[in-house]
Amino acid sequence: MELELLLRQILSGLATGGIYASMALALVMIYQATHLVNFAQGEMAMFATYLAWTLMQAGVPYWGAFFITVAIAFIGGVVIERVIIQPVENAPILSVVIVFIGLLVIFNSLAGWIYTYTIKPFPSPFPSQPLFGNSYVGSHELGSMGVTLVVLLLVFGFFRFTPLGLAMRAAAQNAVSSRLVGVRVGWMLALGWGLASAIGAIAGIMVAPIVFLEPNMMGGILLYAFAGALLGGIDNPGGAVLGGFIVGVLENVVGLYLGSEVKLTVALVIIVGVLVVRPSGLFGKVHVARV
Amino acid sequence: MSAAMDGSILRVRGLRAQYGNTKVLHGIDFDVGKGGITTILGANGAGKTTTLRAMCGMVATQGEVLLDGERIDGKATESIVRMGVAHVPDGRGTFLNFTVEENLRIGAYTRKDREQVQADYERIYAYFPRLRERRRQQAGTLSGGEQQMLAVSRALMLKPRLLLLDEPSFGLAPLIVQELFEIFRTINKSDGVSMLLVEQNAALALRLADHAYLLETGRVVISGTAESIRSDESVRRSYLGY
Repeated sequence: MELELLLRQILSGLATGGIYASMALALVMIYQATHLVNFAQGEMAMFATYLAWTLMQAGVPYWGAFFITVAIAFIGGVVIERVIIQPVENAPILSVVIVFIGLLVIFNSLAGWIYTYTIKPFPSPFPSQPLFGNSYVGSHELGSMGVTLVVLLLVFGFFRFTPLGLAMRAAAQNAVSSRLVGVRVGWMLALGWGLASAIGAIAGIMVAPIVFLEPNMMGGILLYAFAGALLGGIDNPGGAVLGGFIVGVLENVVGLYLGSEVKLTVALVIIVGVLVVRPSGLFGKVHVARV
Repeated sequence: MSAAMDGSILRVRGLRAQYGNTKVLHGIDFDVGKGGITTILGANGAGKTTTLRAMCGMVATQGEVLLDGERIDGKATESIVRMGVAHVPDGRGTFLNFTVEENLRIGAYTRKDREQVQADYERIYAYFPRLRERRRQQAGTLSGGEQQMLAVSRALMLKPRLLLLDEPSFGLAPLIVQELFEIFRTINKSDGVSMLLVEQNAALALRLADHAYLLETGRVVISGTAESIRSDESVRRSYLGY
């Protein structure tokens, strides 16, 4: 019985871990290009989730609303980079951080203003009966795990095999050399924002049936995602994704044994622990400068 | 209008450049003949690297830069590159986290002729067999010579009209340098790629180039055919130091 309970927590940890992994990937994508963590990533995802909710309220079927939202989130991310981030590209780090925090507050209060702070239920596209008659994991958890995996595979395939993906990686790695092979670096950064924003939107839509829809729904999730990204290595997309899954499982297992009050503490302990013991994360590059 | 000017792929007139308040180039003129190799010689700080950077919009300049008769000064770097100007920069500009193969792929990023690109990989690997052996290796793990070969290869994958080379001999063993310059000659002859070569190693550059310009603190002090400069003993002694 004890074992069954543990197994159940691990599976549901993998499901939420997938959400953290997606958000961690979004964070890493922006980090690689700018060397900064986009604190507004969660709020952008939350706002996109509200958009999906609005579309569904207007009668658009679930998957229609899903794809329209993802497309709008992508365009929104591109526009935010071009209009707001690009002008402060060469500004001191602190200025950019302030811009990120400003975005966070703007999206949060905009959502509160338009939709109020009342918690709303959010539909799941998956049946309410457990899939395959299993009793371990709910069908939404299983379904969202599937969606997350598809998204992660698509993103990795894109970066690994397409010329555009290669160009985006090049732009993030070495802007000067990228220009010298004809890559339009500014647009690559904007596309990165669009992609991160779209991935965030999917994560938001997938997690909303679990945490319910409200303007602060992504706050804790972004913290877990950040912990996952740090754990895996903030400059390593694969590591960050794995870190997200580990944090998800760890959070649930710790919750099982020590009570769910300490769940958020897990994230904070991981963040502090990684920064103290191994700042580059499990799979991140250790930067050594030649003197 | 001299004959040399009519046959120029690159024509530069009155080029000025400065970093902040420090003027680096004080109005220089030079040409690169179509299918030719021009070299710019000079000591450290003469403005050689700045001149090359100015060719592809990496520094703010005044004056005219014409590529096949078309003004390119003031254009964005990536637009000039897309017109067929490849630059092997100072410090090589390698994508260190990419594999050798990915470095070549990104070099061909702007090209649409996919079949020809495939053939060009083979051609490059034929020039530099070492790169074929290491094609799945991270570029950051290559030796200095191999990285320079990779930088040249990446530039060639663009299928350029004009190749800008910034001190390709820098930091390399003499034998590797010989090999590299031999390949420059081959590329120039068989593919008709024009080249603008910046070098501190004057003897080496003058053997490869057809025209040479000597730069001293941002001004052209001597120019002519590589042959005439090579054979002028007083120039060699006082400026080139060999």
